Amino acid sequence: MANMHTNTAEVSLFTLFGAVLKRDLLLSFRNKSDLVNPLIFFVMVATLFPLGVSPQPNFLSEVAPGVVWVAALLATLLSLDSLFRSDYEDGTLEQVILSPQPLMVVCFAKVVGHWMTTGLPLTLLSPLIGLMLFLPAEGMFGLLSSLLIGTFTLSLVGAIGAGLTVGLKRGGVLISLVVLPLYIPVLIFGSGVVEAAAMGIPYDGFLAIMGAMLALGCVLAPVAISAAVKISVSG
Amino acid sequence: MQFSSFSDFLMMDGHALYVWLSYGIAITIVIVNVALPILSRKTLVNNLARRIRRESKQQ
Amino acid sequence: MAGTKWMPRWFYQLASPRWCYEFTGKLLPWCAAVAGILLVVGMVWALAFAPPDYQQGNSFRIMYIHVPSAILAQSCYMMMAIAGAIGLIWKMKVADMVAYSCAPIGASMAVIALVTGAIWGKPTWGSWWVWDARLTSMLILLFLYMGVMAMYAAMENEAMAAKAASVLALVGLVNIPIIKYSVDWWNTLHQPATFTLTEKPAMPAEMWLPLLVMVIGFYCFFAVSLMMRLRNEIIRRERRAGWVRDLIVAYPNTGKR
Repeated sequence: MANMHTNTAEVSLFTLFGAVLKRDLLLSFRNKSDLVNPLIFFVMVATLFPLGVSPQPNFLSEVAPGVVWVAALLATLLSLDSLFRSDYEDGTLEQVILSPQPLMVVCFAKVVGHWMTTGLPLTLLSPLIGLMLFLPAEGMFGLLSSLLIGTFTLSLVGAIGAGLTVGLKRGGVLISLVVLPLYIPVLIFGSGVVEAAAMGIPYDGFLAIMGAMLALGCVLAPVAISAAVKISVSG
Repeated sequence: MQFSSFSDFLMMDGHALYVWLSYGIAITIVIVNVALPILSRKTLVNNLARRIRRESKQQ
Repeated sequence: MAGTKWMPRWFYQLASPRWCYEFTGKLLPWCAAVAGILLVVGMVWALAFAPPDYQQGNSFRIMYIHVPSAILAQSCYMMMAIAGAIGLIWKMKVADMVAYSCAPIGASMAVIALVTGAIWGKPTWGSWWVWDARLTSMLILLFLYMGVMAMYAAMENEAMAAKAASVLALVGLVNIPIIKYSVDWWNTLHQPATFTLTEKPAMPAEMWLPLLVMVIGFYCFFAVSLMMRLRNEIIRRERRAGWVRDLIVAYPNTGKR
């Protein structure tokens, strides 16, 4: 990090983005267990449905789109708490806010880092879950594409909740309470894509809407995240 | 007047449970939303008055 | 706030908790009287004088509660978000207090809308809960309210809680059209087309007049409840101020509020 002169005025936004992303990825990879836990949770939650409801292939293939999406959503939610926590606790977050660098770029880079270590692995693991839940083969591509776009939106929106609750000692359930209503549109359209794909219906329209939500999130969420983080640190 | 007698009014042509339950719940919630602030105001004012009395005695 | 001479005087006045307290004190009795009259008249009209629906019979009278409370739940959220935004941008304490006071009232309105909607659904559609688009959207609105209220409750530092809850309310506000659109779309997929729960096209005057009375009555009730909670908040937060202490000391003697 000695070569990263990020606290000078002439640094470009891309350099800043790259530096923050690299740091976050480096830190994440130091605790390999933190990377794997959301994935294990994802698989376990998906397993709960056949166990708790019914293992019949007909039933499972019908509910598979929703179940995989709900499991991915919950796994993302659980991993959000740690997004800002360690930086908050050792004072890095405060330094970042005080620095002349645009906070929105830093927050966006952190979200990208979070997605690369949670959303992306979840997406790549999802066909396995789909297989366990008897999702028809036609649905797989819909599953992958909807999760690829959707998990990034989930990370963006969830980071708002993470920023708001990072200052609290018992933030745990609060972040879920705060973020879940905002996740519902993503869930509706995400599972809609998979269902349409499984039935063989064209789903480009739904993917387009998910892309629109992602675009809106990319534009608006960093504003909210930086506001949230500033509020938490100042409190 | 849509009903021919008071008992007809209460029975609402068999929909009595639904209509009266809805209106009852709504009225209850409305009253609670008025009663709670009144009660908390009383407690607030009393606590503050007590604190002011205590502080003026200490001086 | 230097150089903001273009702000009208009432804007600065609004920022003073004391001015707000005195103003609402004068307004409250009138509002309460109007609210009481409108609600009683409206309910009696809705229950006894409005015609029953030819299909749903007398359970249609539930509409006169369900629709106003749904409208209020949504308006109240807008007000909460706007008050929160004003508090964030202009750092006005009173705006924060208004936002804080709005939340429980709006949540109660959402609960009334949901409960009456569910009860209305039973004779109409045969079950106590239906995943109809409007009810589902109202449920999600209730979740948003609960999230905001939980945010207020979780933070002891009031200024920080107000800011955090305001940010959350604004994020929720942006999401409400998205949620409505997605729930509507989801509902058209998963629900067979049934007639809508509310607002039949071209209601005759005997039906929309009492509805209007109820809507205005509910708005007045909302104003009354908001003002009462706001006044309590003002007293609580400004308890160290001289004018509050004078007020409290004089309270049991004068009985004047």
